[in-house]
Amino acid sequence: MNEMNALLNLLENDARLTPEQIAIMLDKEVGDIKKLIYEYEKDGVILGYKAMIDWDKIEREYVSAMIELKVTPQRDKGFGSIAEKITRYPEVQSVYLMSGSFDILVLIEGRTMKEVAFFVAEKLSPMDSITSTSTHFVLRKYKDRGVVYGVPEVDIRGSLV
Amino acid sequence: MDYSKILSKTASEIKPSGIRKFFDLLSAGDMSDVVALTVGQPDFVTPWHIREAGIESLEEGKTYYTSNAGLTELRNEISLYLNRRFNLSYNPGNEIIVTVGGSEAIDLAVRAIVNPGDEVIIAMPAFVCYPPIVSLAGGIPVLIPTKEENEFKLTPEELKSAITPKTKLLILPYPNNPTGAIMDYEDLSKIADILRDTDIMVLSDEIYAELTFGQKHVSIASLPGMRERTIIASGFSKAYAMTGWRLGYVVAPEQVTSVIYKIHQFAIMCAPTTSQFAAIQALKKGDDDIEYMAEEYNRRRRYIVAGLRSIGFPCFEPKGAFYVWPNISGFGLSSDEFCEKLMYEGRVAIVPGTAFGDCGEGYARLSYAYSVEHITKALDGIENFVKKIR
Ligand SMILES: Cc1ncc(COP(=O)(O)O)c(C=O)c1O
Repeated sequence: MNEMNALLNLLENDARLTPEQIAIMLDKEVGDIKKLIYEYEKDGVILGYKAMIDWDKIEREYVSAMIELKVTPQRDKGFGSIAEKITRYPEVQSVYLMSGSFDILVLIEGRTMKEVAFFVAEKLSPMDSITSTSTHFVLRKYKDRGVVYGVPEVDIRGSLV
Repeated sequence: MDYSKILSKTASEIKPSGIRKFFDLLSAGDMSDVVALTVGQPDFVTPWHIREAGIESLEEGKTYYTSNAGLTELRNEISLYLNRRFNLSYNPGNEIIVTVGGSEAIDLAVRAIVNPGDEVIIAMPAFVCYPPIVSLAGGIPVLIPTKEENEFKLTPEELKSAITPKTKLLILPYPNNPTGAIMDYEDLSKIADILRDTDIMVLSDEIYAELTFGQKHVSIASLPGMRERTIIASGFSKAYAMTGWRLGYVVAPEQVTSVIYKIHQFAIMCAPTTSQFAAIQALKKGDDDIEYMAEEYNRRRRYIVAGLRSIGFPCFEPKGAFYVWPNISGFGLSSDEFCEKLMYEGRVAIVPGTAFGDCGEGYARLSYAYSVEHITKALDGIENFVKKIR
């Protein structure tokens, strides 16, 4: 495997690995790993380090929804400017330009369904170029970004030898 | 009834596995917080496309026995695989038998070769099954302790001094469980030089052949003059993360497999059919999976070795399998004592070296078939424990 990909794959799986640990695992110098990480951060290849949290497991009001938007592209700017506008809202988690029967997919998080519904009605729908919205609430997460949600797996491997 | 008069004497006299004894402790009392590095099997799940091939075979109703030696297509693929990866050449028609794991392959090989009273040389420390299997066949296990200064390889001198007129078989378990030692072409050449002038057969347990680091596995059967005196036991458990499928194979010259075949035919009939279909897929499309998992193990290997050394254990660098074998003798405790204390006080479980033979005294086996996160937790526990008892 390509060395740089190896570093990124390791961090993608576990962002808490230290440069020292990574250096040992990949048989490289710590200094080189630190430099690489720094460069990835600088170039925006690595954009952040976040924990995967199952909010359903703790007492907190939480809903998430996916909103499909149909959008009239703007002259010269296409979908870019509307997408960029949507990203500015802090409740918006993701914004994707999509192929298929709608144009933009927005992932949004809020405390209650009402809050999300109001956001759509008050913030998204009024935007000039958005011609229609369709909101789908997430009822349950089974897997997100490669991580399976639910009960942590128990090691049932039997053999000792 | 007095069962002691009823049961087979040979079978009753088999010593229970040393590991068992240790792990009865682990299951007694509340040990749920103990971080274990004990398991001898991959933490990966069998790659999905391989599982799917098994499932499809069930959906298609392929629930019958296969031919005794295994599906023709599977034997063909094994033959291609052995050639592709280890430069070996075996006739799928009569030199390959599909078995219930490498375990059955080992048992068959020993039973096909050993007459009562024959001596079987075993390089130790080793996987626990060889001595009992030899004893069950009426053979006499002759154990050679390998040494750390020789990187736990079997040396020609050690082999020579163990050979007697009664020696029938040498069990060569490399890449080695528990030490992680491997033997390269040169090492094997020296062993081959001794064996070529004898009628001693070699049982080469190559179940970890796909897990070598920094160099490719060499099968002793690929050395000049050795094919005719070698039986290879191998399987799918470790390379493809398929332990639960119970599938392996034994390959040898036709004169040997024809005898092995008879035992297998009458004792087992055939290996599990679903697993055989899955294995065809593994061999056809699984080379990338092997590579991916091996690379993953390699990272953990470097990580755990570095971790143990920084705690202060002298630690032989393993070159194969997924175990490390640090020297834990520096604390005035026997291996059993050290591991027991570590489990009770440090809440980390590792296997005392003595579970793999008396020569394992002073060592312990740690498996790194675990996530880095889990290994880190275990290393932290070991470090804290060592600080306390030092
Ligand atoms: C050295 C060695 N040989 C053979 C086996 C048996 O493997 P299986 O019967 O699953 O193929 C094992 C399993 O741990 C092993 O470590």
